[in-house]
Amino acid sequence: MADLRIDLAGIKSPNPFWLASAPPTNTGYQVQRAFEAGWGGAVWKTLGDPIINTSSRFAAVHFNGQRVAGFNNIELITDRPLEVNLREIYETKKRFPDHAVVASLMVEPKQEKWHEIVKRVEAVGVDGLELNFGCPHGMAERGMGAASGQQPDLVEAQTYWVKEVAATPVIVKLTPNITDITVVARHAVKGGADAISLINTINSLAGVDIHSWNTIPNVGGQGAHGGYCGPAVKPIALSMVAECARDRGVGVPISGIGGISTWQDVVEFMLMGSTGIQVCTAVMHHGFRIVEEMLDGLNNYLDDKGLASVTELTGKSVPKYSNWGDLDLNYKVVARINEENCINCNKCHIACEDASHQCIDMLTNADGKAFLHVREEDCVGCNLCSIVCPADGAIDMVALDSGVAPMTWNQRQKVISGLNSSYSEAEVV
Amino acid sequence: MEHASPLNTFTPDMFMRGFAEAEPGLTRKGAIEESNRCLYCYDAPCIKACPTSINIPSFIKRIATDNLKGSAQTIMDSNPVGASCARVCPTEELCEGACVLNDASAPIQIGLLQRYATDWAINSGVQLFKPGLPNGKRVAVIGGGPAGLSAARELAREGFGVVIYEAKELAGGLDTHGIVSFRLPQSIPLWEVEQIGKLGVEIRTGMKVGVDVSVEELKADYDAIVLAAGMGYVPPLGIEGEKLSGVYDAIGLVETTKTGIPALELTGRRVAVIGAGNTAIDAATCSVRLGAANVKMVYRRTPAEMTAYDFEYEFAKQEGVEFSWLTLPKRIIGDELGNVTALECVQMKLTGERGKDGRPTPVPVEGSEFLMPVEAVVVAIGQKRRVDLIEALGLEHERGVVKIDEATGRTSDPQIYAAGDIVFGSGKGEAMVVSAARQGKAAAYAIMKQLLGMQDSALGSILTYISR
Repeated sequence: MADLRIDLAGIKSPNPFWLASAPPTNTGYQVQRAFEAGWGGAVWKTLGDPIINTSSRFAAVHFNGQRVAGFNNIELITDRPLEVNLREIYETKKRFPDHAVVASLMVEPKQEKWHEIVKRVEAVGVDGLELNFGCPHGMAERGMGAASGQQPDLVEAQTYWVKEVAATPVIVKLTPNITDITVVARHAVKGGADAISLINTINSLAGVDIHSWNTIPNVGGQGAHGGYCGPAVKPIALSMVAECARDRGVGVPISGIGGISTWQDVVEFMLMGSTGIQVCTAVMHHGFRIVEEMLDGLNNYLDDKGLASVTELTGKSVPKYSNWGDLDLNYKVVARINEENCINCNKCHIACEDASHQCIDMLTNADGKAFLHVREEDCVGCNLCSIVCPADGAIDMVALDSGVAPMTWNQRQKVISGLNSSYSEAEVV
Repeated sequence: MEHASPLNTFTPDMFMRGFAEAEPGLTRKGAIEESNRCLYCYDAPCIKACPTSINIPSFIKRIATDNLKGSAQTIMDSNPVGASCARVCPTEELCEGACVLNDASAPIQIGLLQRYATDWAINSGVQLFKPGLPNGKRVAVIGGGPAGLSAARELAREGFGVVIYEAKELAGGLDTHGIVSFRLPQSIPLWEVEQIGKLGVEIRTGMKVGVDVSVEELKADYDAIVLAAGMGYVPPLGIEGEKLSGVYDAIGLVETTKTGIPALELTGRRVAVIGAGNTAIDAATCSVRLGAANVKMVYRRTPAEMTAYDFEYEFAKQEGVEFSWLTLPKRIIGDELGNVTALECVQMKLTGERGKDGRPTPVPVEGSEFLMPVEAVVVAIGQKRRVDLIEALGLEHERGVVKIDEATGRTSDPQIYAAGDIVFGSGKGEAMVVSAARQGKAAAYAIMKQLLGMQDSALGSILTYISR
């Protein structure tokens, strides 16, 4: 069994599985149940001046008969008095001294407000702080959450104010509702952030009821945008994590968040640079017990790969992630159909025919049996056929030796500009 | 007051339970899950396997996207008796047998999904199709079974004035009268009949051609005639004792159960069913549900040669039906009151020789005669041909099977087309409801071509069915 312990910027936890600041971490009762179930850490539901929530708060996007492909909420930060939360944090930490308890914080962007809350939460023994600059709905209309998270200078200033008094590590939680997340990440680091966590939820409207014409969800017939999360956002979160991980101006540990539902998702986020991860929607959907299968799957994976510690995963795929201009234009893959595994649904044919490069033929052999064949010379290696193929092992994307040395776009442009300049020099002469 | 022995009493309650549809339909959740499992194949093999070429992936996608009207329309557009077929088609041999998921996981339950969509249409009361603009041409359809209804429906949608002459009091043919209620409740084919009636097709029931209306009249009054009169009751076995009380015709037996409690005395009786086709199975399971003490199917060959579908055979076994293979009935024995008391049989063995149909020929084992004590005998050895009607129409036929041009269904009389069981002969596939529907459609399209000069292109993909 591999060592699952992690240390995220000085915050230690028995495993990389943390609950994200959200409804499942609303109370001490819940967080303690989570720790009993196996979660290694929890970021408490954001503390600040208690708010009033609406009734009717969540909505989900279901896909092809499966529940909760994506999840949307319009719930705000904690609606419970600060003293109550602090008392429960204290009790929880006392019962679970080895688990990570991180306080998520959100106050108005004023130095004294930040100083006050940091001191109060650190006094009850939290292991770290997470600054909520990401919540996209409700609080943003009051100048907090994503509203301040979308202003890099405000992120930097507020982080700085926190660091002035904080004794525990400070994580800055970033909003994805921004053009380039690395800009904000760099400002957080400039302000002194010890780590970043991302992503917070994405601006969303879960749907419109096509019969009542109300928004989903609606509060008495009226709706407002919410924050989107769950499996559907994973690719967006993963790319943002990867961008921050490979940015030399960021350079702090990452707590990865966004649609993590399985142990495989955890591995992916860690390979892309996360030191630990946070989960919410999977727990909203299945309860805290889901961590058991995630822990077990991760353990077996690490054993299979011969890795002694989960920390060995962190960042291993980051060097493999770069810019489009650095991709080898001479690399070539083609689709190959394995007839013995093909079930003749012809999905590849119609996808290629209508949406790609018309290179998969529907043919009939001498015995009258239908089969599919790729004209490799016309295949551009787009992968579409293998994506739509429902049969295991029926389509392989095979790398071919192009017989040409690798050449990226950037290299090509450099060569061309070199040629052009020598031409123009020649012309001048 | 004396009560009859409970064992020998068949109550309305028992009838309701025994003859209610046996297989439950899909729930909404079940239908959503199953429909989402469909791969939505391109050029899907299930479509090719359906004699009426229903666009199965499309109707399933419509279920998955909560468009049940569109789904029912897609089904019924291709198959005017698609609600009945959802229940009686041998789907394992057709669409589901062709599903690409057969080896990968499990085939899509196409029959149940088709039933889900058509049940929705039945319950919603929606009218799925409209009649065409009247084109002034008139067609008579003889027989209101699946073939006749399909021909009539397609002709009505194209603007023909169509009259169906149905000999019985209710249209629907075997779907209405000849398939056990626990597989096909009568309300289903009657809905299909009603849908076709709503297109302006006039259905004259209780009208026997040659009796209530003359052939000459039909030929004079209509531009074309579709002969879809099916087949008759079970022919005699040709053995002694067939007139005894307690000897039943399998088709007649099933028919009596379709509208209410039959006036049969099978409760507590031992029943021998002679034959091993799908109708024999229906008669056997019917007997079980009518309270028979024991039901044996008597067949002179072995399970390998029986014509009943595998799923029917399985169903019969589950119902507790027993099988006497390699057993030939020789004589039905009765008591002095004329009631059946036993079936005299002889054991058979298969010889190495094969008959015309390729099946091994059974021969009696000498001295192996034995008595099977039974109180009822149900005969299910096929159906009579309608030779009298065919000859009254002056059509060429081969032992009661109307000769047709396979592509068009046209008979020896260019004014008359034929479809369904009346053209079904040995070596011509299976007498399925869905085949009858296909043939009815084909005849309708051939009539459109003949009378309207419609081009193949206007008829669309149907021509691929005709040529198949």
